[in-house]
Amino acid sequence: MSHGENINYLIARRGFWSWVITLDHKRIGLMYLATSSFFFMMGGIYALLLRFELLTPTKLFVDADTYNQLFSLHGIIMVFLFIIPAIPAAMGNFIMPMQLGAMDVAFPRLNLFSYYLYATGALMILFAIFFMPGLVDTGWTFYAPYSIAQNPSVVMVALAIFIMGFSSILTGLNFIVTIHTLRAPGLTWFRLPLFVWALYATSVIQVLATPVLAITLALVAVENFFGVGIFDPALGGDPVLFQHFFWFYSHPAVYIMIVPAFGIISELITAFSKRDIFGYRFIAFSSIAIALIGFLVWGHHMFVAGQSLFAGMIFSFLTFFVGIPTAVKIFNWMATLYKGSIELKTPMLYVLAFLFLFTVGGLTGIMLGMVSVDIHLHDTYFVVAHFHYVMMGGNVIAFLGGVHYWWPKMTGKMYSEFWGRLSASLIFIGFNVTFFMQFVMGSLGMPRRYYSYDPEFQIYHVISTVGSWIVGVGLFMALFNLLLSLRSGNNAPANPWGAKTLEWQSASPPPVLNFEEPEKVIVVTGPYAFDSDKSRISNGTKTYQSEKV
Amino acid sequence: MSTTSTRPGKGIIHQTAHHFPSADAQFDAAKLGMWIFLVTEVLFFGGLFCAYVIYRAWFPDMYAEVAAHLDWRLGALNTLVLITSSYTMVSAVRNAQLSDHKWLWRNLALTLILAGVFLVVKYFEYSSKVHHGLLPGEFFTAEGFQHNTAHIFIGLYFMMTGLHGIHVLIGMFLIGWLIIQARKQRFGAEYYTPVETVGLYWHLVDMIWIFLFPLLYLI
Amino acid sequence: MDTTKTFWLPTRASTFVDVVDPAFNLVMWMSLFFLLAVTAGVIYFVIKFRRKHPDQIAADQITHNFHLELWWTIIPVFIVLVLFWVGFRGYLYMSIAPHNATEIRVIGQKWSWMFEYPSGATSDTLVVPLNEPVKLLMSSRDILHSFSVPAFRVKMDLIPNRYTSVWFEATTQGVFPIRCTEYCGTGHSEMLSAVKVVDYAAYEEWLVKAASAGEGLTPAEFGQKLYASKGCSACHNIDGTSQIGPHWDGKWGTQVKLASGESVLFDENYVRNSILDPRSQVTAGYQPVMPAYKGIITDAEIDAIIAYFKSLQ
Ligand code: HEA
Ligand code: HEA
Ligand code: HEC
Ligand code: CUA
Ligand SMILES: [Cu+2]
Repeated sequence: MSHGENINYLIARRGFWSWVITLDHKRIGLMYLATSSFFFMMGGIYALLLRFELLTPTKLFVDADTYNQLFSLHGIIMVFLFIIPAIPAAMGNFIMPMQLGAMDVAFPRLNLFSYYLYATGALMILFAIFFMPGLVDTGWTFYAPYSIAQNPSVVMVALAIFIMGFSSILTGLNFIVTIHTLRAPGLTWFRLPLFVWALYATSVIQVLATPVLAITLALVAVENFFGVGIFDPALGGDPVLFQHFFWFYSHPAVYIMIVPAFGIISELITAFSKRDIFGYRFIAFSSIAIALIGFLVWGHHMFVAGQSLFAGMIFSFLTFFVGIPTAVKIFNWMATLYKGSIELKTPMLYVLAFLFLFTVGGLTGIMLGMVSVDIHLHDTYFVVAHFHYVMMGGNVIAFLGGVHYWWPKMTGKMYSEFWGRLSASLIFIGFNVTFFMQFVMGSLGMPRRYYSYDPEFQIYHVISTVGSWIVGVGLFMALFNLLLSLRSGNNAPANPWGAKTLEWQSASPPPVLNFEEPEKVIVVTGPYAFDSDKSRISNGTKTYQSEKV
Repeated sequence: MSTTSTRPGKGIIHQTAHHFPSADAQFDAAKLGMWIFLVTEVLFFGGLFCAYVIYRAWFPDMYAEVAAHLDWRLGALNTLVLITSSYTMVSAVRNAQLSDHKWLWRNLALTLILAGVFLVVKYFEYSSKVHHGLLPGEFFTAEGFQHNTAHIFIGLYFMMTGLHGIHVLIGMFLIGWLIIQARKQRFGAEYYTPVETVGLYWHLVDMIWIFLFPLLYLI
Repeated sequence: MDTTKTFWLPTRASTFVDVVDPAFNLVMWMSLFFLLAVTAGVIYFVIKFRRKHPDQIAADQITHNFHLELWWTIIPVFIVLVLFWVGFRGYLYMSIAPHNATEIRVIGQKWSWMFEYPSGATSDTLVVPLNEPVKLLMSSRDILHSFSVPAFRVKMDLIPNRYTSVWFEATTQGVFPIRCTEYCGTGHSEMLSAVKVVDYAAYEEWLVKAASAGEGLTPAEFGQKLYASKGCSACHNIDGTSQIGPHWDGKWGTQVKLASGESVLFDENYVRNSILDPRSQVTAGYQPVMPAYKGIITDAEIDAIIAYFKSLQ
């Protein structure tokens, strides 16, 4: 390709078809972003509906079976269709090759194929929800034997997740190879931005854990069809084995979700403090450590599932040790603020929200890791609150921070700072109103997945439902703010935040080949070298991770 | 946009995709990618092996009883067939590296035929199982078993060999495609990445069988 | 009874409270401490080091500090070791039932509980003696359920074809809710019962009465009792409204339409068959979810239920 065609990737080719068959990682990233945000909205609407039903202790507007579908679909959509692809596949695809100074990912066709696998799975789930007999009401955990009762729509969803599993595996594979082979000259491993390290660790988990989920859900599908008896107690099988398989994937999966979020936080906190990261190596390696230790703790979801005393002990012990690398990351980020030059732009507000919410979520995870305490708290709203604090408060907040941070790069437009900050604040407040009370009612004994409940808990539920409306308003505000900027936003400069990583070195939006002269990108410093040549920092256009020669 | 779009004609060697600095880098990337893929495959089967081991620990006698109904001679034959096919595959890779176009496609064709033989033998095994009602789960109708959990072993047998069979089929398609390309002399010392990566895949399929055979038929 | 309830934790009514609540409080205060420390630190830094004019650069670029990093790794390690130990000790205590514990069978099914005493008595509520260890031997008749009594801090799954067990020792008289905490479908949130803690004398008295189930009652009264104690009431109403299963009001002697299209007379044989093998004659308009009661219900009990049906005219 001649450099003459190396223009703004959004307009280099036009028409619907040019998107359908695109091999450009940036376009594929945007396609993931749009699709997964759509599912975020859909899962969120299910959440608003189920929260509305919970306003009263008995029936308000749906029956028990519909309620069960609501939370199952909410969980399935949020986990498999939104949060797992959202950061790695959407943001990772767009940003990571640019941060490497590469022109694309290693296997662009495979990348597009992964997107279509994901889209196929998503369509299958929609089809199962709206057109198939049988209810998708198994919860996102698909526990056997409830899930293997010859229910065609559950089979469909299981197969869909099987297929999306391959999307996730292939994306991980693509990223690992890309990071190994396509770094720009001079970009040594310890000059990689931490977002890249985080994606590397995530990809390793995706590649190692997802196949097990795939085979497990394939077995669920087969059980539904043929009653093989692996998980079916009526045929001599063992339902607890299913739980082991499921959590062997799904615990590492929570790190598939959170580790890239950690990566985003590292990028944002340095950019808005004008500060090199504190403890680069530690943050980089702790992602890998979390990824690996994360494989050994799945049994903490099964303390009351009838596993042996010994297993309970080991799993509890190891669970605490995933907490340590995470704890140290939190301290590192705090130390990065120290003596910085901190600017509270919208993405930075998300960072601060993350630091608070994720700490709450993580520390309550530690509470659940204590076996005796977990016996009391298991399957109550305490657990629901825990995982929303980490997944929504940690993950989604980091995701939103990332979207606001890279939006100018991706679209070439600036959104309104005012509405950005307002929506971030609403989301933060509404989130706490929604989920803090769930800790209290959970430890008082309110079980999860309950359609009707003891009136003693009503006050907590009402507060929580009101909170969910505030979150809803905040999120829709954020969405409209971003979308409106496409029409009426100012054009974005190449580097509006004065950040140092390579993607800001290029125009906003970037050209097709990512850089004006991609062959000439040579990296001479670490990713957050805010100290070199101080005078040029404020003009915000030149970065020092890369210098063209 | 990614790979150079002009299709290479006969004998013309593939060109490097624009985003790779060199052909070597691209080759390394493809090979690394394949290795990682193989790891995921191992874990994929790993789930089933795990189930196998757990049920074996619970019902060792049942395993012994049902395994006796599998024909180890057919299993051994198939093992031999697959090992031979791995050999022909290795030779094919070697031919490609040496630009030996004639033997390249011949060795690939041999591999394809051996894979076919494997499936035919498998077909005879399956049909005898079906005939005797040795079927998974609810469809299990065979009689005269001491253990009422016999259907679990059969279920595992069908799933493990079935999944492996699907992999063999996929392998056959890939090898078929290689043969077509090889006839057009698209591969040679400068460019043999597809041959190499399909070869890796084929060895994995072979390896998995080498585990399946003793686990299911012998012990 | 509610006096022992705190902001965070429910009524305290078993010996497990003494291991769970202190552990909960310990880890909660520890968490609160770290949360406040992190939050306070972040807020302080953000205020102190906020950018005051657009060109301001960071005052320093500290990239590491070995001693600091060492300490903030080591201290949490020690903290979690303590937490592990506290949690595990409690878990040991909660896992190993004393030898002299009274054993009660618990059977869970969609969506009701049944408790079976050594004397053969059965009941749909659990009655246990005060200050005596009780061991529950539990299993499920269909899918997973979980037995949970928040006031006792007890929870354990019920698994089909396998036994699981828990034990506890109640320390307060009263009635405490039992909830199913493993998702089990439509009636999951209705799978409730209660545990009644009484002193030993009252317990023994109750046992005698419960064991002599039918004695002194007319067959119809006995049938009514079984309607509650065997869990039929979870799905069948007698007030003429139908929920999961058809209601029982005025059914005797009517024609019932089956899902197969036939219709049958609601008589002794139909009832008997519906109880022992419900799937063979499924009523039109309902899911075949009723569990089979073969081996669970005696012939005499079926007769009593039949008498009860006849009384519901
Ligand atoms: C993004 C997702 C995510 C993340 C990151 C985590 C992180 C953690 N989780 Fe969570 N978890 C879930 C998602 C997640 N979890 C979900 C979805 C479920 C429920 C699934 C279901 O049943 O549906 C669940 C359930 C769950 C359980 C089972 C509860 C039950 O069902 O009974 C447990 C038990 O141990 C647990 C523990 C932990 C721990 C110890 C961490 C740790 O990694 C947290 C580490 C972080 C910190 C510790 C905070 C920062 C540290 C400091 C500020 C320093 C001070 C710290 C110390 C001194 C220790 N989680
Ligand atoms: C990423 C994961 C995620 C997220 C974000 C959420 C978000 C929310 N969740 Fe959910 N939740 C789960 C994962 C998640 N949840 C899981 C896994 C379960 C367990 C299911 C099970 O038991 O099987 C669960 C269960 C669960 C329950 C328990 C149900 C029960 O046990 O009976 C409740 C109850 O309150 C709840 C509420 C909410 C609410 C009010 C939100 C709100 O915060 C939602 C707010 C969102 C919106 C209102 C949508 C608006 C969005 C947009 C407009 C798009 C904007 C896009 C851009 C800006 C790019 N959730
Ligand atoms: C899990 C819920 C459930 C429980 C518990 C349950 N049933 Fe049922 N029952 C049903 C359903 C659903 C039907 C209708 C479908 C069918 O016929 O199988 C039914 C049908 C019946 C019928 C046929 C009545 C008619 O109107 O057609 C009888 C009789 C009956 N049940 C008796 C009992 C008795 C006695 C018990 C307790 C010992 C009991 N059931 C417990 C769900 C239940
Ligand atoms: Cu039984 Cu939930
Ligand atoms: Cu976990």
